[in-house]
Amino acid sequence: MSEAPLLEVRDLNVSFRTQDGTVHAVDGVSFTVNRGEVLGIVGESGSGKSVTAMTLMRLILDQNAVFSGEVLFKGRDLMQLSQGDMLQVRGKQISMIFQDPMTSLNPVYRIGWQIDEQLRAHEGLSAKQARRRTLELLGAVGIPNPEARIDDYPHQFSGGMRQRVMIAMGLSCNPDVLIADEPTTALDVTIQAQILELIGNLQREFDSAVVLITHDLGVVAEVADRVAVMYAGRIVEYAEVGELFRGPQHPYTWGLLGSISRLDRPRQRRLAAISGQPPSLISLPAGCSFRARCPYAFDRCRAERPALEARSGSAHLDACLLSADQKQARRAATPEAS
Amino acid sequence: MLTFVIRRMIATVFVVFTITVLVFLIFFHTPGVDPARKLAGRNPSPETIKAIKHQYGLDRPLPVQYVILMKKLFISRDLTSYSNQGQKVVPEIVAATPVTLSLVLGAAVIWVVVSIIMGVAAAVLRGTIFDPMLMVLALIGISMPVFWLGEMANLITQDRYHDTFLFSWVPPLGYTPLTQDPVMWFKHLVIPWLVLSVLYIGLYARVLRADLLETENEDYVRTARAKGLSERRVLLRHTLRTSMISFVSLFGLDFGVLVGGGALLVEVVFGLPGVGLLTYQSLISLDLPVIMATVIYGAIFIVLANAVVDVGYAWLDPRVRPA
Repeated sequence: MSEAPLLEVRDLNVSFRTQDGTVHAVDGVSFTVNRGEVLGIVGESGSGKSVTAMTLMRLILDQNAVFSGEVLFKGRDLMQLSQGDMLQVRGKQISMIFQDPMTSLNPVYRIGWQIDEQLRAHEGLSAKQARRRTLELLGAVGIPNPEARIDDYPHQFSGGMRQRVMIAMGLSCNPDVLIADEPTTALDVTIQAQILELIGNLQREFDSAVVLITHDLGVVAEVADRVAVMYAGRIVEYAEVGELFRGPQHPYTWGLLGSISRLDRPRQRRLAAISGQPPSLISLPAGCSFRARCPYAFDRCRAERPALEARSGSAHLDACLLSADQKQARRAATPEAS
Repeated sequence: MLTFVIRRMIATVFVVFTITVLVFLIFFHTPGVDPARKLAGRNPSPETIKAIKHQYGLDRPLPVQYVILMKKLFISRDLTSYSNQGQKVVPEIVAATPVTLSLVLGAAVIWVVVSIIMGVAAAVLRGTIFDPMLMVLALIGISMPVFWLGEMANLITQDRYHDTFLFSWVPPLGYTPLTQDPVMWFKHLVIPWLVLSVLYIGLYARVLRADLLETENEDYVRTARAKGLSERRVLLRHTLRTSMISFVSLFGLDFGVLVGGGALLVEVVFGLPGVGLLTYQSLISLDLPVIMATVIYGAIFIVLANAVVDVGYAWLDPRVRPA
């Protein structure tokens, strides 16, 4: 922990002014990403994962968006950079791949051209050099016969192949951080595994840090080193991956783990679901935002907003007011969360 | 691609054939329309009408009449006007075509350039007062009838303010061929160009703005930004490029319609001897051969423009290219 982290997010807040009121999409989020590490951010739809990712890239152009907090990247606060300076960061030092590979590539340009475009924007390569590099990248992400495919259009590729192209594009300038926003959600399960493996391999090869955003705990278990669980715009649990799966501390995480269907255990009853709906981000309740859905809520949860702090182990942070002993007792009583 | 072109050509022939049959039936055999009576002058005797009918072949069976007309139009090209005896129709249209082309091409350049600038400006300036201002301007352009606008332009440039330094250069209504005097050609056409383009500037600017704003929300535009491209490059190479697909198909159709005689009102108002003016005059005197010829000429251009649009569409959008 002596080395300063590559990327450090401090107390990030993003809200959107709408006609119905202010939507607090991201509420005091802090995390760090070290060089060569994979951070998984998990949460359900609307929990603020994607907004967090887009904010890191300063890609939220909505005039009604209000930001506060710091995004320290190599010691510079990205939130303070001008859009002009951000152009040097985006695609070059931090790059991003998106959820839906079917729509993320421009349909009217050849895929080789689209990768070249990024290379030429950042690396000052000649057309010839860029093309050679693009061919290498397409080979590296496992596109068979890159020479034949480099001049194809996106619609001539399958979803999995398009995501490979997106990954090639994301890695083209050797970024320090790759943000992958639900990269496997739109793909078949078999392709998902391939893509995850590819991201893992390339992450080691290119020595990039990866921020992997997903709603799938299985994906996290497979590739992440550390995990942040988000709920209603806040991080409710933050731990090393083995630690999280071995000893989850927050009732929301218990719920998430409980709602995975397990084939390796006898099926006893219906799959557990977390009852109720996430709260409206316009009028978040005081206290714990998970309170209304939490079977273990008690008086303090109503009044006090739990801070994200170490309550069990030194590196395992959670935002639940139950004491460690209470958690252990409650969890022991709910088998699916263990 | 070859089968595509051949299919297209067969379709073109079929469409032109259908149009000729329809026009023939409408103008020669609508009850109440009697070309022979029209030709015979005032108070003709039944004998005269009969003689004229025979002379023009109007007493023969319908399909024969149709074939004779088509033969005169396309093969021997000696179809003559009814109202102006001895005037050959085909050369007349050939002579009128460059006038219409000059008018429509010039106007097209203006409306494409101006509407792209206006549409892009409105989309970029969204959220400021300039966006609605530009769009209201466009709406005004669309709402002004072209004949009224043309007459107003004439009133100002030919009459009220003709003697001021602003418009003293405007020549009297009419046309000078480009090959004869390019400067005069330009002076004659510049005001008709502007008048004709106003409607299309308004339409195209609005369509383009809406397309740009829609494309702006596409995932691939977000990808382009995430690549670290400048806003200008994102706009020109990604947003505008894909928005041009519908712009170009719209353009092809409008251009075809205008060259095919749709610029009639502007030609009449400015006294430009183009195909539109020819159609107008032949309609007034019910000069059937000329009507027939101009309508077929127009149909051919519109069908041709359609074919060009299809090819252009495939060029712009790789997804619709025949595999």
